[in-house]
Parts: sequence; structure tokens; C-alpha cells
Amino acid sequence: MDQTTNHFSGSVLFLDRNDINTDEIIPAKYLTEISKEALKPYLLEDLDLPGFDPDTDLAGRRAIVTRANFGCGSSREHAPWALEANGIRMVIAGSFARIFRQNMFNCGMLAVELPADVIESLFAGFSGSETTVTADLESGLLHFSANGKTEEIPFSISEFDRALVKAGGWLEFADNKY
Amino acid sequence: MAGKTVSEKIFDAHHVDNPAGDMHVISLDAVFCHEITTPVAINDLAARGKDRVFDPEKIMVVIDHVTPAKDSKTAMQGKILRDWARRNGIPRFFDVGRNGVCHALFPEKGFVRPGYTVIMGDSHTCTHGAFGAFAAGVGTTDLEVGILKGVCAFRYPGTMKIVVNGKLSPGVYAKDLILHIIGKIGVNGATDRVIEFAGPVIDEMSMESRMTLCNMAVEVGATSGICYPDETTVEYLWPFIRDEYDSPDAALADCRKWLPDPDAAYETVMAIDASEIPPLTTFGYRPDNVRPVSEMEKTPVDQVYIGSCTNGRIEDLRVAANVLAEKKIADTVRGIVSPATPGIFNQALAEGIIQTFMDAGFCVTNPTCGACLGMSCGVIAEGEVCASTTNRNFYGRMGKGGMVHLMSPATAAATALAGYITNSNLYNG
Repeated sequence: MDQTTNHFSGSVLFLDRNDINTDEIIPAKYLTEISKEALKPYLLEDLDLPGFDPDTDLAGRRAIVTRANFGCGSSREHAPWALEANGIRMVIAGSFARIFRQNMFNCGMLAVELPADVIESLFAGFSGSETTVTADLESGLLHFSANGKTEEIPFSISEFDRALVKAGGWLEFADNKY
Repeated sequence: MAGKTVSEKIFDAHHVDNPAGDMHVISLDAVFCHEITTPVAINDLAARGKDRVFDPEKIMVVIDHVTPAKDSKTAMQGKILRDWARRNGIPRFFDVGRNGVCHALFPEKGFVRPGYTVIMGDSHTCTHGAFGAFAAGVGTTDLEVGILKGVCAFRYPGTMKIVVNGKLSPGVYAKDLILHIIGKIGVNGATDRVIEFAGPVIDEMSMESRMTLCNMAVEVGATSGICYPDETTVEYLWPFIRDEYDSPDAALADCRKWLPDPDAAYETVMAIDASEIPPLTTFGYRPDNVRPVSEMEKTPVDQVYIGSCTNGRIEDLRVAANVLAEKKIADTVRGIVSPATPGIFNQALAEGIIQTFMDAGFCVTNPTCGACLGMSCGVIAEGEVCASTTNRNFYGRMGKGGMVHLMSPATAAATALAGYITNSNLYNG
């Protein structure tokens, strides 16, 4: 099995808001935990998004599609850790805050930026249905599907980010090199 | 060929590798650590059989977010950090009694110099750019590699230059200026960029005010905020560098190599007239939801918090005490002040400032980050409102379901007296 392809695949959680910050992704009161797995029950507990209920909306999700400036605020890597503890290893957004984006790739996870109009079309076309996405790093395509409807969206990540994903993270990459 | 900005000069002087594209691996002059983001890195290094540090003299460690420990979990975080510092021979470790808010304590100890590269697992590390350094917040993995290898990878940063002209009005401070800038360019207005703060208003600012300014650069997404090193910088650092230079003038001449070239290429240059800025506060859950205090006048608050890496320094306490002098805070308000370091606490004691706060009805806590991120020492309840000199008004930031209004220490002190948001000029003569 090609890990780099199939690692990033599954059910999509749509979060229709800009500027979702890392305090919302994992509140500071849980930063006293020293294991990543312990963060699992608290993911998105404080998300300010009407209609969203973490108790019912997170189960089985493997990817998030959201809008601009996702992961702004605190540098806490507990945010990607809490995502990973819940099986979510890919976030697709209009844009990311720098530290969050770097943290994702540093953990060997995938943060994909798409133009705002493409994000808009994904919300319009898929957010109402149970949707799955698969990222194919070799072909540079995201395959979305829902109710028999499919769409292929091209994406790109930098050579450096790709190297981090392949290495399994920044520590693995840096330890061999520096 | 165009000249270089400050961060370009610093990057080029610290170049280690260019692994791909615009990513640059740079060497680090200082790696700062606290008990919230470091323990996972420490445990991971140990699990990999790499329980070592690249240079114990370049790693500075503090327990500051929850201190003294409030429960078994926070006690364990402190213990992991403490034991690690001891077994790796890290001399600069600041424990209970000697500890303070990292971004106030480390500058006070002289750990940051012009031209330095600094990382910490804390987004407000950008504060240290006030010294003409490249200082960036990072996650735990970047911190872990920094601890082990003394390097970090960044995109070669584009620079936004913000020139601040005019003069700040009475009752208007560095906090109001940075809130104005955040309101103007938005919470992702400088993502992946470095901001250089320039102009006569910055030139006249104390180091404390410059730190307040640079502290909130991350609230517009910036990697670092930078002020140019000058006489003020050298004067602040002189006790720490006097053995390295014959005179302050010689130190100043040396610092000047970190000034931008006259023909440096900026992505954007923005001019701001400080004279037009009124006292400001925030109204929503994003730091760019900024409004004049006059438009928020009479908004009732339950708690007033003065402290944090943004506004817990001696200058901030002086300004607030000046407003509070010989007055009592409103019966409906809980006032909390956290001097950001033991040094600041001592200075405030010597100047009678602590007495002024206590006479006014404030609770004085030990130095800690606690309340700012809703961890300890002043968490607010659901539905409560806090007027705060901190840096983030995110939903739930100071306590689940609470509302935070960011403001200067002067405005916060006036708000404590009135019981609702109001202008400090009403109390300041």
C-alpha cells in the first residue's frame, strides 16, 4: 500500500467559517495533558459555529474542509494532535495561519490550500451530503465524492512540505540531515 | 540588486541550508521553553533515545503558564521541565519564586540581542523582535528540533513596513496603536510576513512599549514584529553587554548592522498617523474587531485583568496605578493585576504601585500567564465579561462562554473604577 496516497482519505467534516483559532480547536484548559491521545474527547469543544456539535459531528471524520485563516492564534501543536487523535490527518482550507500549517506538515500531516472560489464550490456542491475525499500526492488531485457525484480538484504542496510528509515529519527529516 | 530588510539580513547571517524552494533552515541563538509546549518534546526525545540538547547555554527555560502548580497534571508538567533542565545542565531555568511570564522575563534577563534568531513554543515569541531580533513562535516539533539541533526552518519572509508618524494622544498607548493596526489590516493581513515598525512614534517608544507592539504582531498572522535597534535598545541591554563593548556608542555602532538597507525591498509599506488614534478596545471574538472606547462606553464588565506578556510590565503598572491613585474600583468589578515578573513586582512594591492597586481593591497575583488563556488565577464564568490588557479575545479564551474586551492598562484601570468600559482621560486629569 502506498502510504502517502492512502493515508489521506475518508469522510469530510465541513466547517463553514473563517478564522477558526486553535483555542477553539483545543481549549487551553486541556493543555495540561502530556499525551496526544488524551486530547481526543476535547477536539473543537469551543468552536463558535451554530449547529455544530462535536459529540455527534466528529465521528468517523478523516478530513476537514474549511475557509480562510484556519488555525490562527496560539502555536499549540495540541491542535493538530487533537485532530490526529480523532483520525483527522488532512485539512483543506482557503488559507492557514503559518504556525498551524507548519505544525501539520511537521507531524507528517497534510494542510492543503485551495483558492477561495474552489472552497466555495466545494461548500456549494458537497457540504449538504455525506462526502469523502482522497488526496493523491503523486497526481496532485483531490477526489471528492458524494451520492454518486464526483469531482477532481487539482492541488499542490511545496517540495519541502512533500518531503516532510514522506519523511513522516520534521524531526525525522531534520534528524537525518542536520 | 535591492538591499536587505532586517529579517533578510538576519536570515542570511544564520543560513544553514536551503532544502527546497523558499524554505530556509537557520541556526538559532536562543531556544526558549515553557511547561505547556515543551514536555511532549522532552518525552519524545527521550523515547527516541535522544535526550540531549544542542547547547545548554542557548536554551532558557521557565515555568510560567500555571504557576505555582494548581493540580497534579500541572505539577507533572513542571516536574518534567525541571528534571530535564537539571539532567541536561541547562543553567537558565526559572522556577517558582524566580519565574515570570516568558516574554517579560527573558528580555529582562538580557537574553535577546539585536540580530538574534529566537524560537519558542509560544505564538507571542514575536515580542522579542522589539530588540531587532527575528523571534518566532513555533509548535512543539519545531521546538524539539531546535532543542536537539539548534536549527529551524522558515519561509524566507517577505516584509511589511509600517511607518508610524505623528504623536500618540494623551490616554493613547502602544496597545491602542497595535489594536489600530490589527483593526486596519485584519487577523490574517500579514500571514507569513515579518513586520518592521518604523517612524518617529516608534523611535520615541520605550522598550516596554515596543514589546507591547511586537507582542501582537502574531494577531495579524505575522511571523515576527521588528523594531530597529537604537539608543533605547542599547540603554536597556547595557547592563548585560557592558563587558563586550568599550562604550554604549560602540554597542550602538555594532547594532546598526541590523538596520535595513536604505534600498531594502518591502512587499508593502503602510503609513499610519498616530495622532488620529483614540483609545481603542475590541468588541467581538477576533482581535481585529476593534472600536473606539467612546463607542463601547458604558459596556458593563465583571472583571478587569491587568497583566500578561502584552501589558504586565512596570510601565503598564505605572500607567494603571496613576489612574487608580486614591480611588476605589466599582463594587461590581473584580480587579486582578499580575506583575509579569518578580523584578517588575519588586519595582512596583518599591514605587508604592502595589499599595495603590491594593488600596483600590485589586487582587495582586504572582507573576503568571494564568488568566490570559483561562488556565488559572482569574478564569471567568459563562456569560461574564472581562476587560483585559491581554492579547486575545477569542471565544472562550479566558473561560468558556466568556467575553473579553482587549484594551490598554490605562483604559482597563478606568474601566475598573467605573464598572464599565470608559476613557482613562476622565480620571487622569
